[in-house]
Amino acid sequence: MGESANSITLVEAVTQALAYELANDPQVVVFGQDIGANGGVFRATDGLQKRFGAERVLDTPLAENMIAGIAVGMATQGLRPVAEFQFMGFIYPGLDHILSHAARMRNRTRGRLSCPIVYRAPYGGGIHAPEHHSESTEAIFAHIPGLRVVVPSSPARAYGLLLAAIRDPDPVLFLEPKRIYRAVRQPVADDGEALPLDRAFVLREGGDLTLIAWGASVKETLAAAEQLSTEGIEAEVIDPATLKPLDIHSIIDSLEKTRRCVVVHEAARFGGLGAEIAAQIQEYAFDLLDAPVQRVTGYDTVMPYYQLEQVYLPGVERILAGARAALGYVREGGR
Amino acid sequence: MHKPRLQLQASFDIAWLQYLDKQGSATQSLPEFASPDWLTHSFRQMQLARLVDDRAVKLQRTGRLGTYPSTLGQEAIGVATGNALMAEDVYCPYYRETGALLERGVSIEEILANWGGDERGQNYRHAPQDLPICIPIATQMLHAAGVAFALKYRHQQHGTPLQVAVASSGEGATSKGDFYEAMNLAGVWKLPVVFVVNNNQWAISVPRSAQTSTHTIAQKAIAAGIPALQVDGNDVVAVAWAVRDALRRARSDEGPALIEAISYRLCDHTTADDASRYRSGEELQQAWQWEPVARLETYLRGEGLWSDAKQQDLARELAQTMEAALNSWESRAPEPATAIFDHLYAQLPEGLYEQYDQLREELQGARE
Repeated sequence: MGESANSITLVEAVTQALAYELANDPQVVVFGQDIGANGGVFRATDGLQKRFGAERVLDTPLAENMIAGIAVGMATQGLRPVAEFQFMGFIYPGLDHILSHAARMRNRTRGRLSCPIVYRAPYGGGIHAPEHHSESTEAIFAHIPGLRVVVPSSPARAYGLLLAAIRDPDPVLFLEPKRIYRAVRQPVADDGEALPLDRAFVLREGGDLTLIAWGASVKETLAAAEQLSTEGIEAEVIDPATLKPLDIHSIIDSLEKTRRCVVVHEAARFGGLGAEIAAQIQEYAFDLLDAPVQRVTGYDTVMPYYQLEQVYLPGVERILAGARAALGYVREGGR
Repeated sequence: MHKPRLQLQASFDIAWLQYLDKQGSATQSLPEFASPDWLTHSFRQMQLARLVDDRAVKLQRTGRLGTYPSTLGQEAIGVATGNALMAEDVYCPYYRETGALLERGVSIEEILANWGGDERGQNYRHAPQDLPICIPIATQMLHAAGVAFALKYRHQQHGTPLQVAVASSGEGATSKGDFYEAMNLAGVWKLPVVFVVNNNQWAISVPRSAQTSTHTIAQKAIAAGIPALQVDGNDVVAVAWAVRDALRRARSDEGPALIEAISYRLCDHTTADDASRYRSGEELQQAWQWEPVARLETYLRGEGLWSDAKQQDLARELAQTMEAALNSWESRAPEPATAIFDHLYAQLPEGLYEQYDQLREELQGARE
């Protein structure tokens, strides 16, 4: 097995992690629509069927509910199914199985059976896709007890977190930010080293402001932090990576230094994870705050067709405006 | 108007199987497995299921059990199915299957615990790989397809004997996409899975005629390219033959099957239901004329295999069994409240420590 650190993209890191685990754990099976000969619509499973055979890398009939449901049956018998949905926008027929069964199997059998499943789905906007292809509804899943929701934002984290997700004894929804599938290359050693779940990553250190973002929005958030830096403002950038369960402690640690926070996500604002993060911050760190937590998010609208999707998606300018609102806030007149 | 010339492309038949007629007379010679021992065992288990049901309903009426779905009238299907499976096979039941669960080795205590609001009731000691009772409709059929894939995968990887997954459902479940999706995949992937549909004529208040316009439920399998059979579901021998034959073929890697077992739900849908709101007493009275327990008893007595003395002995034995199980269930120590966190994930995530501690403090406070 190769351990050389090839420079690869995020989607290639997904393929590499799948290949590593298929090679090392015979209980792993990978299935979904068009993932075999075609290698998946984004090529995330490119070459895997050829290498590991059609018994372990399987094309399924076209039925997302079925894909979600058979994974439950497989997992209860000791397999480690990795199921691909072509797009997160198509995952909803499978909700019943993900929420009602995968997330609850361990609990309802008091540990007798479990569902070590990874449900993978490319998610988010910005690739000029048709309707229903660009949603970012991670909050629906993060709400569900028993599930893990994991979102990588770089090739290295995609590799390490996907390995961790497959090895985790519980179900994981692994959302891949398709807008940055091929945005950057990064050397990633194919050494089978997993990254920890339930841990936030500090992507950039700074003492003036905490910016929290995940998935593709990390790109614009880092760009905004660089822009602020030219103005003498150093922002700390945190990627929670596991959105549920959330590592709030790393965020609070950062707020001890910065006392100001902006949460960035491309999902709609209402009931989004920005609301959860802001609520937890005020519960745990109200006294630390010098300003209200700002949210820079998608609008509470339907994700528009692609001619208007850049209007919807939070870009660098909106993140900067959110940052400036947090930085410029001055409490007036005491109580 | 022009009429094109059409050519027959395909045609299908649905077969019906019965060994014991409504009066309990054999309509054909019984299969080999239906020995006196097997017949009397099945008779005992059907009566036990009926007794557990009866007590469970009474326990619900006195507030000691939550909502309970009785199996009354369908005992033959469950007992024949559960009995046909090998221990290593995997059963994926719906919620109306007390007879099958008993045959799988699930204890009466576990059944009572489950409906009594205690998750430990689905932690089967003697059926460690069986799926828990499925409450949402038809989802267990897809789980069974996934289980069957895993069983076939294990067989191919390790050369172990091919085991079979069996899913049960009511006929209302055949209105759902999961049912079609499971059969479709099972057909394409030639999975060792058997779907047993308890056609008890009523999906809560909606009659079979309002569920589907198909002549039989069995023919729905034709669309998935898998074999199907309709059996008299109140004839324990017929159900057993059908399930055994389907299991044998699945074990020989010949793929899936659907069995439609015609029966009748003699009870309310659950203890929360009142069937007199939507179906006639006359229909119910007629259905009692072909119920499975009396039918088998008539046959056994006709063959000289049963007597009043034997029935008295059995009734006494079953009552004792039930009483012992009831006592054991009622004397069981309650589960620690922290169990709601203990089994949510394999390991409690750090993000949940605070809530876990909060619960422990609340419990501590309640004790002080």
